[in-house]
Amino acid sequence: MDFRGLNRKLRRPSPNRPVFRLQPVSGGTMYLILFFVFAGFCLAGAINLLLQSHPINSALSLIVVMTSLAVLYLLLGAEFLAIAQIIVYSGAIMVLFTFVVMLLNAGREERTLGSRAARIVGFPAVVALLAVLATAILRAQGLGAAALNQGVTSTQDLSRVLFHELLLPFEVTSVLILIAILGAVALTRFEGAIASDAERTASK
Amino acid sequence: MSLHQDVPLAWYLLLSAALFSLGVTGFLIKRNLITVFMSIEVMLNGVNLSFVAFAHQWHAVKGQIFVFFVMMVAAAEAAVGLAIIIAVFRARATLAVDRIDLMKL
Amino acid sequence: MNAPLHLWLIPLLPLAAFFLNGILGGRLPKWLVSAIGVLAPLASFALVVNAARGLIGVAPGPSLPYVETSPFAWINVGALHVDFSFVLDQLSMVMLLVVTGVGFLIHVYSVGYMHEDEGYARYFSFLNLFLFFMTTLVLAGNILLMFVGWEGVGLASYLLIGFWYRKPSAADAGKKAFIVNRIGDFGFLIGIFLLLGAFGTFTFSEIAARLAASPAWQGDILTVICLCLLTGAAGKSAQLPLYVWLPDAMEGPTPVSALIHAATMVTAGVYMIARTHFLFDRSPFALGTVAIVGAATAFFAATMGLVQNDIKRVLAYSTISQLGYMFLACGVAAYSAAIFHLMTHAFFKALLFLAAGSVIHAVGGEQDMRKMGGLWRAMPITFWTMTAAVLAISGIFPFAGFFSKDAILYAAFLQGSFGKTLWAVGFVTALLTAIYMFRLWYMTFFGAPRGEAHPHHATPASMLGPMVVLGLLSLCGGWIGIERFSNYLAPATGAHRVPSITGHLELYLSLAAIAIALEGWLIADKYYRRKPGRPAQLAAAMVGAYKLLFNKYYVDELYGAVFVRPLLAIAKYLLGWVVDTAIVGGAAWLLGGIATFSGAFLQGWQSGNLRSYAAWLAFGAAAALLFALLAGSPHAWGLTFFHAEPIYKLSHIAVAYFGQARR
Repeated sequence: MDFRGLNRKLRRPSPNRPVFRLQPVSGGTMYLILFFVFAGFCLAGAINLLLQSHPINSALSLIVVMTSLAVLYLLLGAEFLAIAQIIVYSGAIMVLFTFVVMLLNAGREERTLGSRAARIVGFPAVVALLAVLATAILRAQGLGAAALNQGVTSTQDLSRVLFHELLLPFEVTSVLILIAILGAVALTRFEGAIASDAERTASK
Repeated sequence: MSLHQDVPLAWYLLLSAALFSLGVTGFLIKRNLITVFMSIEVMLNGVNLSFVAFAHQWHAVKGQIFVFFVMMVAAAEAAVGLAIIIAVFRARATLAVDRIDLMKL
Repeated sequence: MNAPLHLWLIPLLPLAAFFLNGILGGRLPKWLVSAIGVLAPLASFALVVNAARGLIGVAPGPSLPYVETSPFAWINVGALHVDFSFVLDQLSMVMLLVVTGVGFLIHVYSVGYMHEDEGYARYFSFLNLFLFFMTTLVLAGNILLMFVGWEGVGLASYLLIGFWYRKPSAADAGKKAFIVNRIGDFGFLIGIFLLLGAFGTFTFSEIAARLAASPAWQGDILTVICLCLLTGAAGKSAQLPLYVWLPDAMEGPTPVSALIHAATMVTAGVYMIARTHFLFDRSPFALGTVAIVGAATAFFAATMGLVQNDIKRVLAYSTISQLGYMFLACGVAAYSAAIFHLMTHAFFKALLFLAAGSVIHAVGGEQDMRKMGGLWRAMPITFWTMTAAVLAISGIFPFAGFFSKDAILYAAFLQGSFGKTLWAVGFVTALLTAIYMFRLWYMTFFGAPRGEAHPHHATPASMLGPMVVLGLLSLCGGWIGIERFSNYLAPATGAHRVPSITGHLELYLSLAAIAIALEGWLIADKYYRRKPGRPAQLAAAMVGAYKLLFNKYYVDELYGAVFVRPLLAIAKYLLGWVVDTAIVGGAAWLLGGIATFSGAFLQGWQSGNLRSYAAWLAFGAAAALLFALLAGSPHAWGLTFFHAEPIYKLSHIAVAYFGQARR
């Protein structure tokens, strides 16, 4: 750890210029390999999500996708987001998903006419979409390359911007989550109330 | 494109586009409501990746903060969405998307 | 300084009674309904008498004209400012005395006459509503408020003619009265608009002042205004050619005929002309038209009255004829004579109707005179009061009608050769009047009882009382004399006075008038008492003329053929088929069809299938992206037909945002 650099950073805070510099260990090849490995995991997970017919398998594939993304975030110097990705997405959200899958005891998907039509129409459409996106990306000039030696955005920098400039959106988001919790509770309870109502009328 | 050290930004973006497209595909062809919902998460993650990549490229902290907000909203969305799925399942006893074609419980 | 007269209470008391009886009437006991219905006109009458102290001579009355203006504006638009203003001058005073006085008597009479009717409360509420509008009409200080009263009495008249609405003929008569009045009111309304255009105000006093300031102003727009007003007056007062509704209006209860269709409402046209006399004075042509209309109506109505067999219809034609006299008087600028005749006519014609109602009541609803006869012993009070009224309308000295009719004829006689022609028509009409009135008198009260109609109802005191009062007024009402009456009215109706009968010429004219009335009596006596077979022989001898008269000159049929049928045809074919079915219905069908078809078309997309929605969403997003790409660099793609500047700019903004963040 380069404590001198850290001290300098503490003395002269500059949110936009990364100060905490990791020297590249052995050039960019390492990052390239890491990128290919985890991008591969990521794509494989996503494709597996499509191919699996049981929701629990899809959920596990999604966890793979998210965790590999966390590594890619780390490669891109977003350490806080990498951790948040693992904790929030792979942890909280995916646990919720698996919970619901198990709770509802969702079985294998059933095949319908609509799903076959969706396959026939959907795949070409998605391929076209991907082609358009890829063309747009590849045609763009001056995108440059991403190298880890360009620096890591520290959590400190992130939080300074977040709590100085974007405090209000942050608070609003917390309110949003609170409301979402209340809504989730109300939705699940509400159905129970209706069901008990129906039972009551049925028993009469 | 040389492989000498850095990963070109375009590759990240291509990965992001691929993730997004896979998400769209999942949304379109999956038949289970929960899996469809998962596909949405894949799409969100694809978009997040390009945000992070751009933020890294242009040293913009706000790009990362945007991803942070997307995560928060995704968490809220997951909570409400799964609650709705539970409610729908209670009313219909099915999770097949093709069976759920009325805009009410 | 005047003590406040509270003129606003005069219309509002009957209005309050109207609401009370109209809303609660069905639940109130009958005596309370009668009390409310009778006391309201009585209170109004008392207020009028209080205001008329000066006229009666009990105490110094208020200085006239007395104006009462509402504290708030009615209409306040730009330069136009209209108030609810009530004006009491000599003219409205006389008219108010007649309206509320006779109105009160007829309310009392109605208590007895309508006692058995199931719509008792409704009847009284309508009658009170009529009084409200009539007093508003009379008191109105501007012509717009007068028009409100004018339309209101039309409404009350419609409601009361069709009072027995279950009878189709009554309902039809109500509609006929309403529609014919609309034609007249249309003219009246045009006149009001022209008046506003010419003077910029509705107030009578301001218009009069404006006219007085420009003495040379004659004719042109004033003639047009006057003719429009005359149309309105002819409609309301049943003059040629709009008189056709009044005979049918006899379908209503008899007291209604007495109050509305004889004594008060139908004289509103005369009152209106007298009220706007300053306009008519400036237009000799309009005045001449008024006179000709009046004389012609008087004569034609009298001839039609000769052969009617329905007692109320005879009286209806006589009313039209007498109204013609009043118009004649207005036409020779003898407004005071017209109002004088209006007053006396209100007395004796109301009495005639009330007496006829008493007869009808007594014989159990029979109105055909051929089935009456010999009634004079059975109902002496009715007979004697009716006799007074018949003598009065025939113009026999010293009854009221003599004075007023004589004043009119004399005033006409003074107007040169044109006036002498009018006088001659009026003179002949007086003969006809005497004939048909005595015919009615003989057929009803003398001879052997015909048919099975026998008096089997005693006439109650509440009916006899008003008849006696009106009988006395029919006798004495004219004794005030035209000269004094003229002098009294002069401030309100201008300086046209009718001189009293002093010289030889006037004396001769009066004697001639009495002689012609007596002659009429003699003819009636001969044909309907001494030789009862003669009228039938005469009718057989002159079958054409008799049929013409009996069918009322076929005017109803003529109007039916000329106006009603074409209008009905237009309504049915043009409006009904072309406009309603084809255009309106077609448009509705087209709109509905468009909605249905587009709905059926779009319904396919709204499958409720989540996947299809998502597919559309993805498709739209891809299209937008492609569009942005092509628009962003058209030249690189070799495509130049996209010029989507906004999207291009959007992408620039995004770039600028991140570019700034980099710095």
